[in-house]
Amino acid sequence: MSTLHSTAPENKTERRLTMVEALREALREEMRRDERVILLGEDIGVPGGFGGAFTVTLGMEQEFGHERVLDTPISEAAIAGVAAGAALGGLIPVADVQYGDFLFLAMDQLANQAAKMRYMSGGKLTVPMVFRAPVGATTRGAQHGQSLEAFLMHVPGLKVACPSNPYDGKGLLKSAIRDPNPVIFFEHKLLYGSKGARKEAGGMELVVHVPEEEYLIPLGQAKVVRQGSQVTIVANLLMVHRSLQAAKALAADGIDAEVIDVRTLVPLDEETIFASVRKTGRLIIVEEDNFTGGWGAEVAARVADACIGSLEGPIKRVAAPDTPVPFAPVMENYYIPSVEKILAAVNEVL
Amino acid sequence: MTGTTIAKAAGLSNSDRIRMFRSMLLCRMFEDRVYYLFLQGRMPGTIHQAQGQEASAVGVCSALESGDMITSTHRPHEHAVARGVPVNSLMAELFAKVDGCCHGKGGSMHVGDVDYGMLPAIAIVGGGIPLAAGYALSFKYRKTGNIVGCFFGDGATNIGSFHEAVNISAIWDLPVVFVCENNKYGASTAIEKVTRVPHLSDRAAAYGIPGRTVDGNDVEAVYAAMLEAGERARGGAGPTLLEVETYRFAGHSRSDPGHYRAKDEVTYWKARDPLTRYEAFLTGEGILSATEVADLKASVEKELDAAVAFAEASPSPRPEDCLNDVYAA
Repeated sequence: MSTLHSTAPENKTERRLTMVEALREALREEMRRDERVILLGEDIGVPGGFGGAFTVTLGMEQEFGHERVLDTPISEAAIAGVAAGAALGGLIPVADVQYGDFLFLAMDQLANQAAKMRYMSGGKLTVPMVFRAPVGATTRGAQHGQSLEAFLMHVPGLKVACPSNPYDGKGLLKSAIRDPNPVIFFEHKLLYGSKGARKEAGGMELVVHVPEEEYLIPLGQAKVVRQGSQVTIVANLLMVHRSLQAAKALAADGIDAEVIDVRTLVPLDEETIFASVRKTGRLIIVEEDNFTGGWGAEVAARVADACIGSLEGPIKRVAAPDTPVPFAPVMENYYIPSVEKILAAVNEVL
Repeated sequence: MTGTTIAKAAGLSNSDRIRMFRSMLLCRMFEDRVYYLFLQGRMPGTIHQAQGQEASAVGVCSALESGDMITSTHRPHEHAVARGVPVNSLMAELFAKVDGCCHGKGGSMHVGDVDYGMLPAIAIVGGGIPLAAGYALSFKYRKTGNIVGCFFGDGATNIGSFHEAVNISAIWDLPVVFVCENNKYGASTAIEKVTRVPHLSDRAAAYGIPGRTVDGNDVEAVYAAMLEAGERARGGAGPTLLEVETYRFAGHSRSDPGHYRAKDEVTYWKARDPLTRYEAFLTGEGILSATEVADLKASVEKELDAAVAFAEASPSPRPEDCLNDVYAA
């Protein structure tokens, strides 16, 4: 149970939801609110089936029917292209792939079609769609555990969200659905929560308060999840939790770390990051992606450009090494940035 | 497959025929005009021209209704003209001007205007086919009774997105007609070198949908086949794979003289030029006189003169306009 990280506002009536429950609630609310919202993906609405690879859409077809919850073939280019085409035609598709790794099969449709139709039309068209993709290494090896944020972040025309907890997940997904642009929505497999049919080994038992009343979290607002004065740690998804653990350990040693959850990579909330770095003078970026060309490299470059005068040490990036995701748990543990590696990076710059 | 006469389509009035003929003239003469403008260096970029394929563009688009949508390819000029995108805005787009249908952000390979029922053309071979399926899904979901006419070339039938999009359209009975313009070559590669099936429409069987090959240089045969496939799609019975056998007289792109094609092959197809064929039919049937044909050509020339003047007078975009239209607010 992560008491480290409750970003929800204080509320007397606790509604403690997992990420899966919060995302499902977001989908349900938006589908009730707007008939244009449809779901499509593999195994998402098969009666007696899974509700998608990680149960997020479980039971949705019972309320909304198969006109709005569309089970697709194993056909990622079609899923992405149909979503983009339907969006051009006035619907708001929320599509998903079972694993983020499969986005590569859909990349022409995402990067060449969905991302560029507005631009190529001279601003006449909009492509309001969401594409959900689970990421993160979870003992599934090299083709079911990659973190792909940087690939998608690099494509102008796409927005990229990556929530670290159920409260943000719900608010960001609702905003993504209402956004007139294609939004790639990354979910970390170890943050889905341990309830339900597809319990994830090694997953965090992350449940937080998610209020009954409606709320949205705008795309493009990072969140300072721990205030601190001596070093800034910027992270996303699972790495937010590891960074908070590291900050707690640092506090025991008298080091006051600030932790920022970027929440969205496109748009990137530079101001929150810059303001923190100007305060602390030190920056650590923690991401699960491979080191070379990860999103952390972009953040590092922008901070170096904008905050050079405030920096009191080198910017350090804690990322996965430049290897495929290994299978053996001992190797995977080495591969994924750990609390110890974050602490080592902090100690190098302090 | 391709003959030299016209198979008269039922339900077409003589004024329909004259309208279709004029549309074909506009397609051909637009392409010819663009060709010379490129040779003169008055337009930037590249071009992929479709002279010889007018019966396909006009036959298909004449069977569509106003709320329908088409998707197109890297060779889209004639589709756009036939669909009714104004030639002024098409010409201005080729001239990279602000009054272009994509305000200078598209260019030759992305012309289109949804206000006239054409998405910006998709220049990734096969890339537009899934979008067509998706657009058709929106029609089905909204119960509009509209269809999508999805143009692609023979070369696109070997790419995965074709397979995925046709299959998903088939299982969901989407209102889309897949129009495969088989002009025999993917760039310089002959289709029979890269495909085993004798007719690309044979592939429809793999998806459990009807497949049909038509004489793509007979505008009325294309029209009738598209109308039938379109009615099937509008009625909820799902997609059809319509193979339209035709030939491009031009090379693949502006720099291609087409040396990979035998002279007698080109001669064979030129003898089946869809435009002269239809003209011979219309004059032979007494629907148009030689004078009326000449008048139509003169009126098309005039329209194109005006389009070029419009395009040249239109301002260039400001350089920094490239920063706009990436995201919708």
